[in-house]
Amino acid sequence: MAHAEHAHANYLEAKKGIWSWLVTLDHKRIGVMYLWTTLFFFVVGGLFSLGVRLELLKPGPLFQPDTYNKMFTMHGAIMVFLFIIPIIPAALGNFFLPIMIGAKDVAFPRLNLLSYYIFLVGSSLAVGALIAGGVDTGWTFYTPYSIRSASHVILITLGVFINGFSGILTGLNFMVTLHKLKAPGMTFFNMPLFLWSIYATAIIQVLATPVVGITTFLLILERVLKIGIFDPALGGDPILFQHFFWFYSHPAVYIMILPGMGIISEVVTVFSRKHIFGYKAVAYSSLAIAFISFLVWGHHMFVSGQSPLSNFLFSWLTMFVAVPTAIKVYNWTATLYRGSIVLATPMLYALSFLFMFTIGGVTGLFLAALSVDVHLHDTYFVVAHFHYTMMGGTVMGLLAGIHYWWPKMFGRMYPELWGKISCAFIFVGFNVTFLSQFILGKLGMPRRYHDYFPEYAGWNMVSSIGSLFIGIGFLIMFIYLFWSLKRGAKAPANPWDGKTLEWQISSPPIEHNFTKVPAIPASPYEYGVKG
Amino acid sequence: MSTHVIPHHFDNAEQAYQSSKLGFWLFLVSEILLFGGLFVAYIVFRSLYPDMFHEASGELNRIMGGFNTIVLICSSFTMAMGVNRVQHNDPKKAVMFLAITIAFAAIFMVIKYFEYSHKIHLGLLPAGFYHYDGITHPRAPLFFSLYFVMTGLHGVHVLVGMGLITWVLLRVKRGDFSNQYYTPVELVGLYWHLVDLIWIYLFPLMYLIG
Ligand SMILES: [Cu+2]
Repeated sequence: MAHAEHAHANYLEAKKGIWSWLVTLDHKRIGVMYLWTTLFFFVVGGLFSLGVRLELLKPGPLFQPDTYNKMFTMHGAIMVFLFIIPIIPAALGNFFLPIMIGAKDVAFPRLNLLSYYIFLVGSSLAVGALIAGGVDTGWTFYTPYSIRSASHVILITLGVFINGFSGILTGLNFMVTLHKLKAPGMTFFNMPLFLWSIYATAIIQVLATPVVGITTFLLILERVLKIGIFDPALGGDPILFQHFFWFYSHPAVYIMILPGMGIISEVVTVFSRKHIFGYKAVAYSSLAIAFISFLVWGHHMFVSGQSPLSNFLFSWLTMFVAVPTAIKVYNWTATLYRGSIVLATPMLYALSFLFMFTIGGVTGLFLAALSVDVHLHDTYFVVAHFHYTMMGGTVMGLLAGIHYWWPKMFGRMYPELWGKISCAFIFVGFNVTFLSQFILGKLGMPRRYHDYFPEYAGWNMVSSIGSLFIGIGFLIMFIYLFWSLKRGAKAPANPWDGKTLEWQISSPPIEHNFTKVPAIPASPYEYGVKG
Repeated sequence: MSTHVIPHHFDNAEQAYQSSKLGFWLFLVSEILLFGGLFVAYIVFRSLYPDMFHEASGELNRIMGGFNTIVLICSSFTMAMGVNRVQHNDPKKAVMFLAITIAFAAIFMVIKYFEYSHKIHLGLLPAGFYHYDGITHPRAPLFFSLYFVMTGLHGVHVLVGMGLITWVLLRVKRGDFSNQYYTPVELVGLYWHLVDLIWIYLFPLMYLIG
């Protein structure tokens, strides 16, 4: 009897003590460790962004220019490499991917834990760079400045290099799991769409990350051994660095957005009580985005002295990304149409995603157009654009996912009213902050300067005030999420009437997820209402 | 012969085997892309300075490079034989073949060591430390940057391979494998063939263009 009880204890309580967490091979626990680690980096990166907005609140310097350069660099580098790239696949993907296909774990649990520790080592180096005094190159580490900069470029790029292996191993693990570990009856075409997006992400992780690995490796050698490959003084080519960097970093923006899109597919469907509109179109469009993502990196280099022909081709190819992306947005919207919409917090975030990601996507088309980009490049228009995709897109998807799956992960409900309040703060704050940056960019304000002309003062003030609202929104969220861990109402197994497998098991799940092989529904969104 | 325990999250041995193999192939793909970046850099600089590559390549020792190529090809063969013997329940021969493979790898590294020390002695070093006046082209240092980075990264892979082969050799000796379960040996074999393959590209591109 005691044994049976133990076998059915939930994953949080099945084993006790901090050590049982540190050596766990349970994908759910590894997912939770990733979640807290990456959220910690989100807070660090977020504080830097508040510092940046504080400097830009009014014209005239507040911090030293050098301090400002380090603040925006650390904001960008931490947010990109330590938060937004890993969080959805490594935290939510790890937790839910095996459950959603009816498996007990990922294909390689040890590798999974190893990739967490690799991530921890890489991230510690990046944080080490921060503590040692920061980096001032911008998150893109462009040569030749990054070769000469006296700041801690080696530490942070070594961190990025090492983190890359963590991403490769996670992606590889997920791909194998999806191919080989699906429960009997589960196929690629009745699995939840979140998994299609994780699969597409994993392809990019495996294929693109090695390139940023070798790029940062060469940059480190450039500084240590003076190999001169990127250094014009030694005959090297600094533009080659940009090609290498963006060959990874453009696909990497889809490592960031695709998992967010996957969450939206789940949440929009569940909270519309309706089958997704165009399952296959949504599924294949993830693969199409992953494929096209490898062909467009040159759009970051329209003014770097690329040949006019390359500029033309990259501009043209970039437009193609809009096609599968728009297919997704249309399908989500069509799913909402005549659905029984429930406006719970996850759904509010999903709707915020649809609104803001569309703005981010359409302004992306502006920037893909060659002549417009030459005018707008390196202005705040670009900053606003990618924040609309990264924060308005990925982070909204993430928050939808965290709220949607919170009851499953921790067995507690978050307080719904506070969820809506914080969502309202974030939504309003975000749009105030970044719509004004579109205007600033259009007016010609360049990015990355610590000071500006007085004519930009008004909109900068607006933008900085908006960022404060975002900060308050997140503060409220972190408070109620922590509160709910102990005090929140006990979550039922299926609070949202979800049809996917994770909702058919207890909240929180037992250690091995399922007591018996689960029955696989013909479709993950069986609401009896056609898509 | 010990029986291998299948990890609990797999249904059967075949599923575990197929998963490991797929995972390892994906890893090899990422390795190829890692080297791919370096090959792209090679192509860029060779097309920028074709004459310099021609001249600088002449400084490399073709005899040593060629000998090393033969050594690695032989080692790929003995590795394949080692895997084959494990699959046929013949651990004694398997251990022998794996040991020969390690010996070949060691020969490769020793020769590489002599090549490197000669270059370092002459001052044929990565760009910033280069001091050799035998080549007239001012961009020749870049060739040696690429030479050291590409063969150096390859050398690191050879060392890792030696470690991995030693590890499977010890496990073969201990009797961990049989014709029912030999996944690690096969995967290390795949890794070793890739290391060999990369050298087969490096050798002509570096040594034979002069
Ligand atoms: Cu891009």
